[in-house]
Amino acid sequence: MQVGKQQTANVFSFHGGIHPPENKAQSLQLPLGRPSLPNELILPLGQHIGQSSRPLVKVGDKVLKGETIAINNGFLSSFLHAPTSGTIAAIEERLIAHPSGLSDLCIILSPDGNETWTTLEPLNNWQDISKTDVLAYLSEMGIIGMGGAGFPTQVKLQGAHKNPLTHFIINAAECEPYITADDMLIREKTLELVLGIEILQHLVEADNIVIGIEDNKPTAIAALKSVLTERNSKIQIAVVPTKYPSGGEKQLIQLLTGKEVPSGQYPADIGVLCQNVGTCVAVHDAVTLGKPLISRFTTLTGDALKNPQNVEVLLGTPVAHLLEYADSEPKKLSRLIMGGPMMGYTLDSAVVPIVKTSNCILAASKKELPPPAPEQACIRCGMCEQACPASLLPQQLLWFSKSQEFEKAEHHNLFDCIECGACSYVCPSSIPLVQYYRHSKSSIREAREANVKSDLAKQRFEARKARQDAEAAEKEAKRLARQKATSDKATDKKKAAPAKPAPTAAAAPVTSDESKKLKVDIAIGKSKLKKLQKQLLEAQENEHVEEINSLQLQVTDQEKTIASLEEQLAQIPSAAPAAPVANTAKASPAPVSDELKKAKVDVALIGVKLKKLQKQLIETPDDQELKDKISAFETDLKAAQDTVSKLSENTQASTSTSTAAAEPKASISDELKKLKIDAAIAKAAVKKVEKALKKAEEINAPEIDAIRQQLKEAQQRADELEKALANPEATAPKAVPAQAKPATNLDADAIKKRKIDLAIAKAGVKKAEKNIQLLKEQGKDEAEINASEWPSKLKEAQDKLAALEKDQAAETSTPSVAKEASAPAATTNIDADAAKKRKIDLAIAKAGIKKAEKNIQLLKDQSKDESEIEASEWPKKLIEAQQKLAALEANESAPAATPTPASSPAEKTANSTADSEAKVEPEMDLATQIKKEKIAVALAKAQINKLNKRLENSPEDANSIRQEIGAAEKRLQSAETLLEKLIHSQTNMQENR
Amino acid sequence: MFTVLLAIGILVLLSLIFGAILGYANVRFHVEGDPIVDQIDALLPQTQCGQCGHPGCRPYAEAIANGEAINHCPPGGQVTIQALADLLDVEAVPLDGDHGTENAKRVAVIREDECIGCTKCIQACPVDAILGAAKQMHTVIADECTGCDLCVEPCPVDCIDMVEVGVTAKTWSWDKPQGIAATSLNIIATDRQAEVTH
Amino acid sequence: MTEYLLILVSTILVNNFVLVQFLGLCPFMGVSGKLETSIGMAMATTFVLTLSSLCSYLTYTYILQPFGLEYLQTISFILVIAVVVQFTEMVVHKTSPLLYRVLGIFLPLITTNCAVLGVALQNISKQNGFVESILYGFGAAVGFSFVLILFSAMRERINVADVPTVFKGSAIGMITAGLMALAFMGFTALVQI
Repeated sequence: MQVGKQQTANVFSFHGGIHPPENKAQSLQLPLGRPSLPNELILPLGQHIGQSSRPLVKVGDKVLKGETIAINNGFLSSFLHAPTSGTIAAIEERLIAHPSGLSDLCIILSPDGNETWTTLEPLNNWQDISKTDVLAYLSEMGIIGMGGAGFPTQVKLQGAHKNPLTHFIINAAECEPYITADDMLIREKTLELVLGIEILQHLVEADNIVIGIEDNKPTAIAALKSVLTERNSKIQIAVVPTKYPSGGEKQLIQLLTGKEVPSGQYPADIGVLCQNVGTCVAVHDAVTLGKPLISRFTTLTGDALKNPQNVEVLLGTPVAHLLEYADSEPKKLSRLIMGGPMMGYTLDSAVVPIVKTSNCILAASKKELPPPAPEQACIRCGMCEQACPASLLPQQLLWFSKSQEFEKAEHHNLFDCIECGACSYVCPSSIPLVQYYRHSKSSIREAREANVKSDLAKQRFEARKARQDAEAAEKEAKRLARQKATSDKATDKKKAAPAKPAPTAAAAPVTSDESKKLKVDIAIGKSKLKKLQKQLLEAQENEHVEEINSLQLQVTDQEKTIASLEEQLAQIPSAAPAAPVANTAKASPAPVSDELKKAKVDVALIGVKLKKLQKQLIETPDDQELKDKISAFETDLKAAQDTVSKLSENTQASTSTSTAAAEPKASISDELKKLKIDAAIAKAAVKKVEKALKKAEEINAPEIDAIRQQLKEAQQRADELEKALANPEATAPKAVPAQAKPATNLDADAIKKRKIDLAIAKAGVKKAEKNIQLLKEQGKDEAEINASEWPSKLKEAQDKLAALEKDQAAETSTPSVAKEASAPAATTNIDADAAKKRKIDLAIAKAGIKKAEKNIQLLKDQSKDESEIEASEWPKKLIEAQQKLAALEANESAPAATPTPASSPAEKTANSTADSEAKVEPEMDLATQIKKEKIAVALAKAQINKLNKRLENSPEDANSIRQEIGAAEKRLQSAETLLEKLIHSQTNMQENR
Repeated sequence: MFTVLLAIGILVLLSLIFGAILGYANVRFHVEGDPIVDQIDALLPQTQCGQCGHPGCRPYAEAIANGEAINHCPPGGQVTIQALADLLDVEAVPLDGDHGTENAKRVAVIREDECIGCTKCIQACPVDAILGAAKQMHTVIADECTGCDLCVEPCPVDCIDMVEVGVTAKTWSWDKPQGIAATSLNIIATDRQAEVTH
Repeated sequence: MTEYLLILVSTILVNNFVLVQFLGLCPFMGVSGKLETSIGMAMATTFVLTLSSLCSYLTYTYILQPFGLEYLQTISFILVIAVVVQFTEMVVHKTSPLLYRVLGIFLPLITTNCAVLGVALQNISKQNGFVESILYGFGAAVGFSFVLILFSAMRERINVADVPTVFKGSAIGMITAGLMALAFMGFTALVQI
């Protein structure tokens, strides 16, 4: 019954396969041989798939038979044991049994001939302990797959637990010709084999256990059957027909289960485990006897051997020793092959050792195994396809391998090729197909490894780059922080001078944090501003119009940010002095080593300090010390301004006589640029003022409701006009008190309101004038203009302005009487404003002169002769500008003197000072406007000139430049007309007064 | 005259309509960046050696995407050139000798007793494959080394060697069979003649 | 219905634009080196052909004919084709940058693909209606794609085969194309009317 059960195992079939001559009988003539001990045993550390083992012994160590001499090195690795007792002679590179014929690290053991066993510790309780422990034990015993691949058995068994196993297949097919090692093993160790299978079955718990064996091993089959019957085992025997390569793992699985292992998967994935008979015996020896894997059955065969036979050989025995044992005939030996004739590889040398996977040594004569016939062209017979047991398309694979199209080869499942050699065997053109596939496979593998490595390198490179960037960013941040720190220090120093006397400084600690933050922001803003100004400077040097415009816009924006920050800062009393730094920064870009410039910077600095103190004074009107300081500063300012005027006079003198040396010229042009930048900055200030104005208007909505509409339009107009003017500084200082006052006292508020009204009224006048001008430009005659409502509007606006100015005068005087302390503050403010305005006018006038001079110089540089220069309008302009400057300077000294007495003695008759101031003020405003217009005219002229010059230089752009000139001329004309009007209204006003 | 004007008018109208369609498509199907760079970059050996004249493999990938020759990468060699040629559907050209020659794979090895611990090579290594600290001996992590040579130049005591990575039994690969040509048994006469002239 | 089917069979097999009418040979030889590329090209051409035959029909019927401007058909068809190709190019660039790169010059060259203009003009000369025009264009495109992909698959194999040296490359490609054309001539008797 048992027998019947064993025979019922179904046998299926697989595609392809060949029937080469078996040649198995030769090696079965003699019984199992046991060769003597060789002189040395060579034990390669990499006898298995995976990581090489790590040697545990040193050279000179004495080892006993079965002692562990190398341990596993990672998961996919194995142990190695001493096959006999002896001394470790060396651990060195030796030739190994490998198709490459290369060397690898080996442990060389000199046997002592005693064969002394180490203490054997069999795992007799394997049925009781955990399976993991058994697996670990198998690993320690160095058990690997003995079929050929050498896959560590414990790893394979672990993998088998992925899916419940339906079949546990014992591979005893041994399909390769010549080889009879497994046949002999089954015959010799039948019981051990069955016991080993039982141990493995205990570990894997498969539903069916099938021994697959080819029908060309009747003796072995009979032996097995008898043992199985004896043991009443449930192990089945499946006798498969002889066909190469039925011993292939996947083919045997297909034969016994009818299931095909899917491409790219393992047998375990379909619930099948396959083990070689040799492995089963080794497992038995290890578990029940405690013997590690130190020997194996190997077939010695081939015509070159007189006594072909199977031997049980110690691992590490050199092949030469075995050949000698089997009486090889060197004359007949043409090829020495490790493995079978189908899948084996030629050995270049007989010194290589037997390893755990060596199942056959084939010493073939020339007649037996002739050298491969020369490869011929593929005739597309398709026999390879018929033979392929893996159902591949060998011919396609060949083409792709030949043309290195590995991707396509892979696409055609190259990696499912088991390299059985059936295709090469049947090929009528003797094409070594398997070699091509092997080459392709290793190339692909190499490419993959390179890819992995390059990915790793890329990752590391990117990580490094990220790290470096982070470091750089950190450094930059630190540098910025340091910069901030230094600028903060500078700020602190500046702060120290003016702020110390101020009592408000006491409040510092509370707000110091906030102020610090603001300061940092300001510092950043300033650095940006400086950069922009530098760019602007460059752009102006190169006269790139668009660039200048965009840069000026940027500068303006930056200015705004800084200004707002400064405002915030100013609200924090202790931080207030930070503002001068910003102004200083503005005043001193691109330092020019010129006395004039230095003096001007002094003026600016003092003015700024003055302003600051005045602000403080508004906040703390009772501080006598502050007032004293202000007066002191004003004296300083005056002195500085005197220096400036003197210096500029010197400059005028030198340039007007045309003896200017190269150096002053350069400095002058630098100065001019600086002033241009200042002008751009001032524009920003104007915008700020307008914003403030709007805000104020919103606050005082009910009072100015009537004129609001007009105001808005007027403001727009004013804005446009002021842009054209490029120097609206005159209005700028007003903003400061306008913003500062609401926070401090009511009087200031009132003054502010008045001023706003005044400004609105002025704007209205301007608008009206402009409209009239426009009408005129449009060629309307006077009658038409008169007919339109504009003249009347103008008149109205002018009246309103006059009224307001009167009001203003009264208003300013009233609080000064009522509140003695605040009045001087207000007047001081106004004085300072006036002073500033004058200063700015002065600067502008100087700029005009310089520009004129520069242009003259340019003309000279262009080697125009004197007459031409004379013909151009520049000399005239220069003289004009100089006259203007002189006038301004004259003005300067007069009013500058006025505020000094007005502010210093606070107890003095405030009334009279206020009165005089009130009279001066409205006139001053008009005068300022006139000046502004004049400057606008000058600027427009300058622009026209510049454009003319460009026209000369680049005639190819003539059209566009001409257009620009036209536009500039229009502007000039309008500015001139406006100027006229202003002068007219000024005279009117004076008459009114 | 009217016919001519009509014809022109119709054509102009058509052109305007189509122009509008294309304009819309241009906005709708606007392509950001160049995704091809990633694919090229993936094919390069990532040694970051700079032999191509670019500071790293990605910049060269970008350059290739912008039309630079594909044969400037000595570490990648002919294999990389072939892969790039396949990807970009251009002719595979031999390696440009100006950028170096294709060498066997090498790794840097520091003669450690000569190392003075200057960390210069550490800074030069693009893949952080050198271990060490100031005044401490340095060593190369062979597995991470891409063999780019960049560390050799900065070493003040010339203690870095570029050592060829030999073939071991594990890294060995099968040779390609010699093929038909080597056997002089070509059936086709023209092929045989071509061989002789070679 | 039968008529539509006949149009398809006629354009794909019997009167195949490439192998029987010998139109659009440039991309047929140029882009057939790789199967992947040729599939991309086939898809792009199918898109262009179908769309352009539709557009050119509309242009002809609703713009040119009403104004009696039939003599403008060639120039306006070229305009239509150019626009459709440009549009396709943008779409391909967006959706498949690699294909865009691989197709390279051949993508804009669809503009000058005579098959495209041929379909548009034949639609007019055959006085095809709206549906017929689209089907005619689509069928032509499918026929083109069909032979292009077949041809490139063959060329891919021929490329790795050991063709005699003198025949390597384009020469064997031409021979293959000729043999294919011979084979397609066999479809002439497919439909008996």
